[in-house]
Amino acid sequence: MDTSQLLSATVLVGILTAGIRLASPYLFAAIGEMFGQRSGVLNLGVEGQMLMGAFTAFYVTLRTGNPWLGLLAAMAVGALMGLAMAVVSVTWRAVQGISGIGFYIVGMGLSELLFKTLLGEVKVINTGFNAVNIPLLSQIPVLGEIFFRQNVMTYLAFTLVPVAWFVLYKTPLGLKIRAVGENPHAADTLGVNVAHIRYLTVTMGGVFSAMAGAALSVANLNVFQENMTAGMGFIAVALVYFGGWRPFGVLFGALLFSMVMALQIFMQVYRVPVPSEFLIMMPYVLTMIVLVLTVGRVRAPAALTKPFVRE
Amino acid sequence: MSQSQATLPLRQKIEHLEMRGITKIFPGVVANDRVDFDVREGEVHALLGENGAGKSTLMKILYGLYEPNEGEIRINGQPVRIRSPKDAIALGIGMIHQHFMLVDTLTVAENIALGLPSSRRFITDLDVVARRTLELAETYGLHVDPEAYIWQLAVGQRQRVEILKALYRGADLFILDEPTAVLTPQEVDEFMGTMRQMTRERHSIIFITHKLHEVIATCDRVTVLRNGRRVASRPVDGCTKLDLARLMVGHDIVLPKITSAPKQGEVRLQLQEVHALSERGTLALRGVNLQVRAGEIVGVAGVSGNGQSELAEVITGLRRVTQGKIFVNGQETTGKPPADLLQLGMAYIPEERMRDGIISDFTVSENVILRNHNHAPYARRGFLLHRIIAEITDRLIRLFDIRTPSRLTPAGNLSGGNIQKVVLARELSRTPKVLIAAQPTRGVDIGAIEFIHKNLLDQREAGAAILLISEDLDEVLSLSDRVAVMYEGRIMDILDAKDAERGKIGLLMAGVRPE
Repeated sequence: MDTSQLLSATVLVGILTAGIRLASPYLFAAIGEMFGQRSGVLNLGVEGQMLMGAFTAFYVTLRTGNPWLGLLAAMAVGALMGLAMAVVSVTWRAVQGISGIGFYIVGMGLSELLFKTLLGEVKVINTGFNAVNIPLLSQIPVLGEIFFRQNVMTYLAFTLVPVAWFVLYKTPLGLKIRAVGENPHAADTLGVNVAHIRYLTVTMGGVFSAMAGAALSVANLNVFQENMTAGMGFIAVALVYFGGWRPFGVLFGALLFSMVMALQIFMQVYRVPVPSEFLIMMPYVLTMIVLVLTVGRVRAPAALTKPFVRE
Repeated sequence: MSQSQATLPLRQKIEHLEMRGITKIFPGVVANDRVDFDVREGEVHALLGENGAGKSTLMKILYGLYEPNEGEIRINGQPVRIRSPKDAIALGIGMIHQHFMLVDTLTVAENIALGLPSSRRFITDLDVVARRTLELAETYGLHVDPEAYIWQLAVGQRQRVEILKALYRGADLFILDEPTAVLTPQEVDEFMGTMRQMTRERHSIIFITHKLHEVIATCDRVTVLRNGRRVASRPVDGCTKLDLARLMVGHDIVLPKITSAPKQGEVRLQLQEVHALSERGTLALRGVNLQVRAGEIVGVAGVSGNGQSELAEVITGLRRVTQGKIFVNGQETTGKPPADLLQLGMAYIPEERMRDGIISDFTVSENVILRNHNHAPYARRGFLLHRIIAEITDRLIRLFDIRTPSRLTPAGNLSGGNIQKVVLARELSRTPKVLIAAQPTRGVDIGAIEFIHKNLLDQREAGAAILLISEDLDEVLSLSDRVAVMYEGRIMDILDAKDAERGKIGLLMAGVRPE
């Protein structure tokens, strides 16, 4: 096979289809993280929450044969981890950058331990979320194949973006979240309970991170391996900055990243004469370049990482 | 629903609010000691006191931000419990904080709607809020665009949003925490008009301040707190500024004035056509010419932001001179670092005392020795001499009347006036040859003002050349031998004390040269 094949229509459609699918874990994790940060809490434990979500979803699906049960169990585990993060960072006012890394290590270690004791070896399931063709829409040439023959988790992830936008900008809850992340003292004087809002966003962030893990283990790959997220949770945190703390900004970032990811996978498959190490680097190098370019153009929530103490 | 909540309060209107025997104890301090306080419908009640007298604590208790250790609050005779701002708002109490409680990145309407239930339940009703806000703005003369973002608004407009926020929540009683401190004279006049409109609509106002003339001009009754206790509560009619000052401080206050003629010595500070840029890169100084002689105080008057801050910074070597020359004691110092100026006997009381005056986590002692810490008498051969430092610091704490638990207390924990005294102790104990005092009494209480003024005059007697930069015209007029008026980065004119009358200076401050 040679490089010219990479540019054929079929391959391009393949890259785009894969890119959409690969975006779903990033979207779940980054949208969840965005809510936490918008309310003033930086959660660097996303990666650990994803791994626990991935394992739980996989294990429950393996045992029950039902990926929905797996997803629900993962969400419950994610909620617990989010809740724990909220206790540490909101009630105990720990330094968020450090405690988040703690949760990352806990999540990674615990998922490995559970993997070794409960599974022992890499297993594959065939009862994960399969591709679902949306009636009519999936029949549209090209577009139908790219967008409407995906798995349920991918549909959910993309639906989450406009929903997140609506909640953030069109509901009283979203107004409270934005206010608490900018000036918690102002919100407090108007009777908004700062701690409640932050507990809510950080716990929901845990749920979404676990869903991101499930999107990997019971939808996209149908397998669980130790440390299978390989930094995706941290990329999701970077995407929140890159997206300027806005749902559609995050969507754009996630797509850019996943498309480059898909491209490099196809370039490896088609043996483009570039060392594979460089190809694998591409999405990460791109992230760094884009982050450098966005510095100064967007402003972080003013109270981000600052615990709230009534003066 | 927000609309009905704003227009048809279901609760009783506050006709009489009483706080009885309120005691609040913080670790080591009794902030309020059995304080009684009451407000009636349609009344403006001033709450007067020095910094740290317990005014803010008392009002934070009323607004549910603190819980008192003892005492009770009654509305129309009924005891009430206020455990959070939410309770206070529900009872009809609104508070306008000194540091505005607004979210800069949200619009006016969003700030007003924040925390209120929406008439559409799960979807915001900002259009309803905006309409209702405009109605209230019309009634009370508080004009502001509901769609504007807070960061786009001037200080006076932000204050209007704060008042609208409380009105929107149906407040009967308003706690105004030093509302005029941040306003220009024109905005103060407008604000007084708003207050009159509010009392006409039968709202009650608690007016926290330490500006005596505002109490006399606008209030019906006044309660004075000192060291956490109520020392007086009486009608304002018949009170003079002097009476109030005495109640506040506990003894007679006579702000010192210059009386003697200056002992005109040699020129210690000279500026020739000095130009400099502001933080934002615009031209802040456009050719300043100025001389200060030994033994005189030259006051610099002007409306804030006409280059006064930059003037202090170029003289003290903290800002680059882009054009022109500066001489200290006859030596050119243009472009020299602050350390060199220190050698020449320059002392500096900076405008931003928390940022430039002290290191707030350092102890009082460490802040006092900050300038000379690396040589005698504080250090020898690279070691700090702690016994000597302790002795000298304790002496300075007495001499400058710094009210601090000990010399080892972090300076940032002190009140504004005492922080300024720490700066004074450091800068004046070296008997400076040139002293730059920028806004030396801003935000400090009247007792500290008296002390600072006296010290400036003592330095003048001792032969220092003093440049006093201040936005407080009274201060400039009572202390200066000559008054320089700044406008748009230039000195409009320099007047001798005897010719410096208020009207003339006012015109110069506005950029008008009287014929």
